[in-house]
Amino acid sequence: MDFWNIISTSLTTAIGPIAAIYVLAAIGLNMHFGYTGLLNFGQVGFMLVGAYGVGVGVGTFGLSLWAALLLSVACATVLALLLGIPTLRLRADYLAISTIAVAEALRLLYRAEFARPLTGGVYGRQSLAAGFIAANPIPSGRYGVAGVEFSANQLWTMLVAWALVAVALLLTWALMHSPWGRVIKGIREDEDAVRSLGKDVFVYKMQSLVLGGVLGGVAGALLAIHQQNITPDQFMPQVTFYLWAMLLLGGAARTFGAVLGPMVLWFLLTAFDETLRSLLTIGALPFLDGGDIGALRHAFVGLALVLLIVYRPQGLIGNRKEMLVNVK
Amino acid sequence: MRTRLVTVLLAVIAAFMVIPGAAAADAQGGENLNGQIRQPTTVEGLEITVYEGTEGDEVIGEATTDSEGRWEVELPGPGDYRVVLDEESVPDEYVVPEKPGSELEVEVRPDQQRTVVFRLQTPEEAAEESASPSAEDDAEGGAGAGDDGAAGDEGAEEVPGVDAGASFGDKFVQLAVSGVIFGLIIAISSVGLSLIFGTTKMINFAHGDMVTFGAFMAMMFSTMTVFSSLHDSVADVPVLGFLLNPLVVGLVLAVVLGGGLGMFLERFLWRPLRKRHVALIQMFIVTIGVSLILRHVLLVLFGARREKYEQFRIQEPLELGPLSITPRDLSILLLSVVVLVLVASMLQFTRIGKAMRAVADNRDLAESSGIDVDRVTLYVWGLGGALSALGGVFYGLNQTVHWQMGFHLLLLMFAGVILGGLGTAYGAMVGGLVVGLVAMLSTLWFSPQLMNVWALGIMILVLLVRPQGILGRRERVG
Repeated sequence: MDFWNIISTSLTTAIGPIAAIYVLAAIGLNMHFGYTGLLNFGQVGFMLVGAYGVGVGVGTFGLSLWAALLLSVACATVLALLLGIPTLRLRADYLAISTIAVAEALRLLYRAEFARPLTGGVYGRQSLAAGFIAANPIPSGRYGVAGVEFSANQLWTMLVAWALVAVALLLTWALMHSPWGRVIKGIREDEDAVRSLGKDVFVYKMQSLVLGGVLGGVAGALLAIHQQNITPDQFMPQVTFYLWAMLLLGGAARTFGAVLGPMVLWFLLTAFDETLRSLLTIGALPFLDGGDIGALRHAFVGLALVLLIVYRPQGLIGNRKEMLVNVK
Repeated sequence: MRTRLVTVLLAVIAAFMVIPGAAAADAQGGENLNGQIRQPTTVEGLEITVYEGTEGDEVIGEATTDSEGRWEVELPGPGDYRVVLDEESVPDEYVVPEKPGSELEVEVRPDQQRTVVFRLQTPEEAAEESASPSAEDDAEGGAGAGDDGAAGDEGAEEVPGVDAGASFGDKFVQLAVSGVIFGLIIAISSVGLSLIFGTTKMINFAHGDMVTFGAFMAMMFSTMTVFSSLHDSVADVPVLGFLLNPLVVGLVLAVVLGGGLGMFLERFLWRPLRKRHVALIQMFIVTIGVSLILRHVLLVLFGARREKYEQFRIQEPLELGPLSITPRDLSILLLSVVVLVLVASMLQFTRIGKAMRAVADNRDLAESSGIDVDRVTLYVWGLGGALSALGGVFYGLNQTVHWQMGFHLLLLMFAGVILGGLGTAYGAMVGGLVVGLVAMLSTLWFSPQLMNVWALGIMILVLLVRPQGILGRRERVG
């Protein structure tokens, strides 16, 4: 078993473009759950509409990438409004059920046969990033040290994605230290108290839902650009659960919790995968075959979620008091 | 008002039982091969030849499909046969797809009327099918957290094959019946979900995977040779022969294990967590973790294939007026109704049932009036687990057993539970029935791929106008 190889592969994933995209979506989820206490179990739905904003904009209508990005943001906003209007006045569990259901229903809609002229049905949309790659200022070649290497295009995506992460972090930090942020956190702690101070709780919750949703949408758009093609079936509900595991691992309601969590979890997941794979090649696990690794990884995420909640609900850098509040 | 609704519901359910269940169609004697070509429409004049053995050239019989696409060949006895569809006789607008092809080998057991299914496709469909594997490869490796090999027609339930030429009324009746069956399955599975929410205020996201668990357990036991040899020794005894059918044994064991799983989770996970005063939101996340573990462990153990219970794979439908229903679906329908009536009577008339409803209604009040809340919660989990396992076996019988079946059903269960009113057992029954009917009937006008979308749409609509659900008590839920 080549330990150094496992570590370098895991490090590559932990700082790679996919991790940056998950960080962005997790920042959105942090806005929902960490600060406002909204139970959004359908963040993948926002990623889906964001990705398809680019997919449909570039792939179907032939718009420029900028226009397609605007379309992504618009779609995410509309989705947040549609989700929020019926459910934000109700108890938190209603939002939880509706988000998970709507995200899955959206995936079924986007992959349905009748939507094929627009979304490409189950086959999705391809070659979406020509404009983005053409704008790449980095000369082609491979960059990196000691096994942690990226191609020029990956590096370009990473630069853009981490820059967006920085902007999103700055935005979250600034918002949470503004009067708006204090109201938002107040809603998480005690909605009725905030209401009694004359704040319109519904409007604040809605603003938070839209903001976090747009971040999820941008993450989806970046995913479409990074992969250059998208299919509806990569937006399974598991993605949302990964984001939850990441956020809780890092520490909800902490600005950097949403950054740390995805990086650490991607590192652990890749290390888990690679270790199992190398154990398989030397024949140490005769009862498994290669296809089971993905399934075991999902089970591993589930176990991580359970153990985190039971033993360390505040995550790596969270504040235990903040996480123990029973959100209503 | 509420009691009256429940009474009406019980009456409606009882009325279903009075509908005379026609005797199962068997014991006609002799073996034959038959089939109906109805995909995409019924095709007349196709020539089908049956040969003896898997290699031989001896022709047993020939048949030509009639105006409804049906054909039938009498066989001399049990054994292996080869059925060949003459591709020359296929009209130009169709082609025979590569899979399953035009030649099928079948094994016929004594006294079996074996159905052989040939598929036809339009050339465009055939082109699509050959294009699809590459598209699925692209989906892999993308987000990393993506799915491991989703099936092509995922999300859409199997809609009963209705002849394209059938009148609207016939289609309506046919779909309404399958909607009722589907709804009953949802209702059975979601009673536990609703009661668990009522007693612990926790949404159990792992409930769908308890459904899958039940289906897989029944699958495991029904394929064990111990049970099939046990069955073979008493196969001729009328009642015992049915009771020891491997699938019936598997069903009973699955229900027991499902109940055990529910009680195990409550006793060793949820109760300790409640004692630690873990907040509700955190409990939701734990249920998601449990569901991920359960689902993917089942996936590793049993594989990603779609399977059917081999005992009742293909059956000749019974014709009841405009309605054709297989004995399998008919027994699912009747058994579900019996189970729901039993559960409702249990909740309505027994001490523990009343205690369950009391705890679900108001946990603190129930506790202060002397009910042992922890014990009742344990029984609720046992009941919920057993019912979801039963629902899983029925769902697997009606459709196919698949590692994601429970998750798909879970979303419909949520819709049903919210529709009926969170926390009420009767609400879950009514809501489940409505959701099943809506999902199936929507295929009258819209694509079957979207049937779940309609069910979820109904849920959103209910949240907008009556968030407490049909049977829920009006209260402030915001």
